[in-house]
Amino acid sequence: MPQITYRKAINDALAEEIIRDENVVIIGEEVARYNGAYKVTEGLWERFGDKRVVDTPISEAGFIGMGVGASMLGIRPVMELMFWSFAYVAWDQIINNAGQVRYMSGGRIHCPIVIRGPANGGTGVGATHSHTPENFIANTPGLKVVCPATAYDAKGLMKAAIRDNDPVCVMENTLLYGETWEVPDEEYVIPLGVADIKREGTDISFIAHGRAVITALKAAEILAAEHGIQAEVLDLRSIRPLDEEAILRTVAKTHRVVLVDENKPFCGVSAQIAAMIQEQAFDDLDAPVQRVCSLDAPAIYSPALEKIQLPTPERVVYKALQIL
Amino acid sequence: MISVTEEEVAIDPADYAQAKINKSLSSKDKIGLLREMLRIRRFEQVSLKLYNQGVMAGFLHLYIGQEAVAVGTISIMGDNDHVITAYRDHGHALAVGMGMNECMAEQLGKATGCSRGKGGSMHFFDPDKNFWGGHGIVGGQTPLGLGLAYGLKYKGLKGSCFCYMGDGAVNQGAYHESLNIAALWKLPVVYVIENNKYSMGTTIDRSSAMRNCLAERADGYGIVWDIANGEDLYEVRAKAQNALERAHKHSLPTVLEIDTYRYYGHSVSDANAKKYRSPEEIERHKAHHDPIHLWQKRLVDEGVMTDEEIEKLDESIKNEVNAAAQFALDSEFPAPETIFEDVYWEVDNNTAAGSTGRHFFGD
Repeated sequence: MPQITYRKAINDALAEEIIRDENVVIIGEEVARYNGAYKVTEGLWERFGDKRVVDTPISEAGFIGMGVGASMLGIRPVMELMFWSFAYVAWDQIINNAGQVRYMSGGRIHCPIVIRGPANGGTGVGATHSHTPENFIANTPGLKVVCPATAYDAKGLMKAAIRDNDPVCVMENTLLYGETWEVPDEEYVIPLGVADIKREGTDISFIAHGRAVITALKAAEILAAEHGIQAEVLDLRSIRPLDEEAILRTVAKTHRVVLVDENKPFCGVSAQIAAMIQEQAFDDLDAPVQRVCSLDAPAIYSPALEKIQLPTPERVVYKALQIL
Repeated sequence: MISVTEEEVAIDPADYAQAKINKSLSSKDKIGLLREMLRIRRFEQVSLKLYNQGVMAGFLHLYIGQEAVAVGTISIMGDNDHVITAYRDHGHALAVGMGMNECMAEQLGKATGCSRGKGGSMHFFDPDKNFWGGHGIVGGQTPLGLGLAYGLKYKGLKGSCFCYMGDGAVNQGAYHESLNIAALWKLPVVYVIENNKYSMGTTIDRSSAMRNCLAERADGYGIVWDIANGEDLYEVRAKAQNALERAHKHSLPTVLEIDTYRYYGHSVSDANAKKYRSPEEIERHKAHHDPIHLWQKRLVDEGVMTDEEIEKLDESIKNEVNAAAQFALDSEFPAPETIFEDVYWEVDNNTAAGSTGRHFFGD
């Protein structure tokens, strides 16, 4: 099976969907002639032209809102945010307009829009460029949010997001864009709301999404090599809709859980997962649910400290050993 | 850049009745325009009564005094012309042809409401009539209007989107971002600034920097702009028609500022004449600048209607409104289980995508 980068996997998904559906249009800052700030849209403008791949001014509120309005008419815009951190200047358009218009119209309108881009820290760009707003989005009924951790998932989830008739936020990761995974040539789509076991294990469950899945996998390798402990790694892939059954299955299997989450801990995604586990699987637990999140301060610039502010395999191992 | 056309120049500014779009009006059409304006006014007067009786929740932003703007502009529209507005939306909703029953029931939060009781007074929608709301955040609808225009152009349709906003919305960043993109990409959007002089309780001179008028700011973006007297239905229609043609023929935006006035507060719960303007100012507008009275006078002068016929029309509209109020009062509230409906299209339609994973949380 071919090995391709996370970046190329998304690029392929976009190209395939542009070809499949004439209403799919890629819109964002630098997506066309510049080939994308992170080269995710490389070559698409050259292949598909001005109508299908559109450069915007630096106007997130304006162009995201424009995409929402166009989606109400049946266009399927795939909007790139150069960083999800920039979503905050378009927040009214995303939360109030994309998120609420179906409800407030009593189901008369829907918005088949995708808003995508990287949402991660760890790149030395400071607090304004390092936000991970998947918990904010997931807190808004009407919106959906997915956080792919691998190239395979990024491609399959992106295709599902574009075909979905509700607004879907896809949160990517600049630290993963250059990483490679096996991705088949044949077409596939990964449904939203289906988690994936990335590593089978019997002793403890690590539940994560996005790049935290990679951190959890590294921690699992350390635990196996140094302690003979087999950790299971469950990748949520999709935050809303959420695969609760997969979470309950792994808890019932291992009885111990560490949640790994690049969100800040207070009201982060893992807070919701922890609440859900204690409500629905209390009797399956042999130990309190543990969490490893980003350290609870704005994202620090200093590279030496930024590394430890994000969840690390060592912190995951430490927390795991506390409850084993 | 397309400027004012020769045909536009040829119109005697003193008499917009002679504009082509107005000369083609039959007597029946003219009576129809009066009917639409009266329907809005009577609908809102009864809405206010119901609000004061305590059967309506939240806010009520009345359009009374501004009726000629919605009726005049919407009356010229065709199949591919679309409408979106802010929270003062009853006038536009009725003008596009939404039923009084569904609008009144929506205000009372009833299941028979146009949004099944989920939107309320500020959030009326009817996409089948090209009406895309009813939006609660000041200026928030301006990029959506841009997007509707973008969608029309993308699909190759000869149409336009009329995006209405108040004078208070012109200072929101989203509006300026929208103007820039509209000009840059030549999108057929018409921003209609309904200038009623007050952004809530703040007078225009305390809220908006300008040279001569709000629409003139469009100059900076190279967008054609115009200003119209909102008490004259003929003028509103003539100038809206210019904007519509600019959108249809040249796929270009317009900013059209329409001078108008609201008799009630920003919402009915605000201080209105007690705080930021005088009762005399309001009375002066009612006495001398009321768009409905002026249109009625015009129809009598033109021999289209007699005072008795106007009276009769008004009575029939009052009956229609009272019946709508009764319909709303008699309607049921939505069932609790509908809280989780109309959130996700895929869930509502029982699709495969709507059945994987949990979409709703809590109890």
